[in-house]
Amino acid sequence: MECNEKDGWRGESCLMTNFERSDQIRRTTSAVMTSLTALCTFVAIGILVIILSYIAWQGIASLSFRFLVDSPRPVGEGGGIGNAILGSVALLALSSAFGLPFGIAVGVYLSELGKGRFAAIVRFIADTLTGIPSIVTGVFVYTILVLPMKHFSALAGGVALALVMVPIVARTTEEMLKLVPHSLREGALALGAPQWRVTLGVVIPAGASGIATGAMLAIARVSGETAPLLFTAFGSRFFNYYLDQPIASLTMQIYYYALSPYDEWHAQAWAATLVLMTLILSINIVVRFLTRKRF
Amino acid sequence: MRTALENGSDKPKFVGRGSDWRHLLSPTGNAGDAVFRGLMLSAALLVVAIVASMIFALTSDSMLSIRQFGFAFLTSREWNPIRGEFGALPFIYGTVMSSLIALLISVPLSLGIAIFLVEQAPYYVARPIGFLVELLAAIPSVVYGLWGIFVLAPFLRVYVEPRLARWLGWTPFFRGSITGIGLLTGGIILAIMVTPIISAVVRDVLAAVPSSQREAALALGATKWETTRVVLVNGAPGIAGAVILGLGRALGETMAVTMVIGNRPQISASLFEPSYTIASAIANEFTEATQDLYLSALVELGLILFLVTFVVNGIARILVWNVTRKTGGVARAA
Repeated sequence: MECNEKDGWRGESCLMTNFERSDQIRRTTSAVMTSLTALCTFVAIGILVIILSYIAWQGIASLSFRFLVDSPRPVGEGGGIGNAILGSVALLALSSAFGLPFGIAVGVYLSELGKGRFAAIVRFIADTLTGIPSIVTGVFVYTILVLPMKHFSALAGGVALALVMVPIVARTTEEMLKLVPHSLREGALALGAPQWRVTLGVVIPAGASGIATGAMLAIARVSGETAPLLFTAFGSRFFNYYLDQPIASLTMQIYYYALSPYDEWHAQAWAATLVLMTLILSINIVVRFLTRKRF
Repeated sequence: MRTALENGSDKPKFVGRGSDWRHLLSPTGNAGDAVFRGLMLSAALLVVAIVASMIFALTSDSMLSIRQFGFAFLTSREWNPIRGEFGALPFIYGTVMSSLIALLISVPLSLGIAIFLVEQAPYYVARPIGFLVELLAAIPSVVYGLWGIFVLAPFLRVYVEPRLARWLGWTPFFRGSITGIGLLTGGIILAIMVTPIISAVVRDVLAAVPSSQREAALALGATKWETTRVVLVNGAPGIAGAVILGLGRALGETMAVTMVIGNRPQISASLFEPSYTIASAIANEFTEATQDLYLSALVELGLILFLVTFVVNGIARILVWNVTRKTGGVARAA
């Protein structure tokens, strides 16, 4: 037997070979599992690349200047997504106007003022609110705004998107303000500044870039939302300049065109997706670039 | 030394001579502080009020349906708006099944990604790759739906489902007509959508496991994988939290699922068959609901979805917080 030849001490050397054998198995297992984890990562990135390149390939085909400014037309007559782009911009502006100050105020409260049980409850509710399906937010806004006003409106759509935004902005603002060193606050307080001046004049400016990136991420997230708009903003095939009227959005336009039976509208859905993805990806990449040092 | 900051707002320690309105909100009695605190506090209160009024509005608007059907709403299979019969069971089945398929696929995938990024890849590789995986979460639901209809569904119909039917057709799960539109496609699209969320949270959880655990395992002669297993055991509650968080997202996902699941209220064991989820029923039928009872039944579906996701997310947050908070890590808002 092999183990006899290796060494004079029979027992110990046999033990060694057994050990070496199990060592072999352990090393192989480790190598296999390690490469499996790499494979998982590769699969995820592969899916991302496939989706993005398919959008680019399909979308570029029907993209043109006319497409970007025209309003929808019947099948066979071309038409574009100008009203949907305008509608999306209007909805984003509305939701930012409601959601950003509100969310930032909640974040400031959680980071600077709130202590104890109530703050913990607010934080917990904000976190769980992030996970509430946005379609439920849509139903909620329908019952509190659309029913009393008797019709769908851009305003209701903006409120629905703002509700999606608030918890995201609140939590990122809180995290960003907590990164501001305590010595800054103490220094300002020691100079005799009241707390509101310390927060507004020292803490928020110090955390401003972080708050801004949080706000941008929230806008990127909300710009892709469809579900909360279906029965609040409702969509429209025309340019609309009134906030109490139904308004179009890129996402709803993509949805309706994707489910239509016409190839021409499918092609337009891809082109609209390319426009939307360009917006969302550029926000994400800019944010990534800005926060490179922080994380 | 105590600063005004540390005194806290709710119980002013140094209420001075005049306990007027300013002292109610601010321990220092500074008028500006009182206004500022009042404003921020009302924003925080508004968040609580919004959730409370969500529960109230959804409940009061579904009262009609709750009174009419009671508990049978959850157990009835019949969904027939024309005859005024509303039972949520097919939607509950579709929601639960599509989410389970999603978790079955995405949990191993996300664990692999998180382990690779935290335990294996060097820093300069992990950062850009982590960003790319997170980008999957930035793609809107409706875009996944569009891609699902025109790329994933035909792919499954031509290449995957015929093979599944041939190899696993003896089980009840892979039978019936092959269309590419159905429960399986919905589950796969959901899996792609929740993977970045689960993997991001697991990443934070694994990163929060103290490196002394790894060093101890390595010092005992453990291989890379054995060390990883030690880390996984340490982060187990947080990983469970991440999975539940993914479940919460999968349960409420609307647009992508609506576009590929087929939207037929039926209960069938076969994953090839069309199904319907709670969220997609609301999305599809809400604007069509003309009778009060129909609308009320749909709002009740929304209420169910709200309550379930609220509880699921609450559990997930508690699990994840407990793990990441100990070491000062920050759980990303998913």
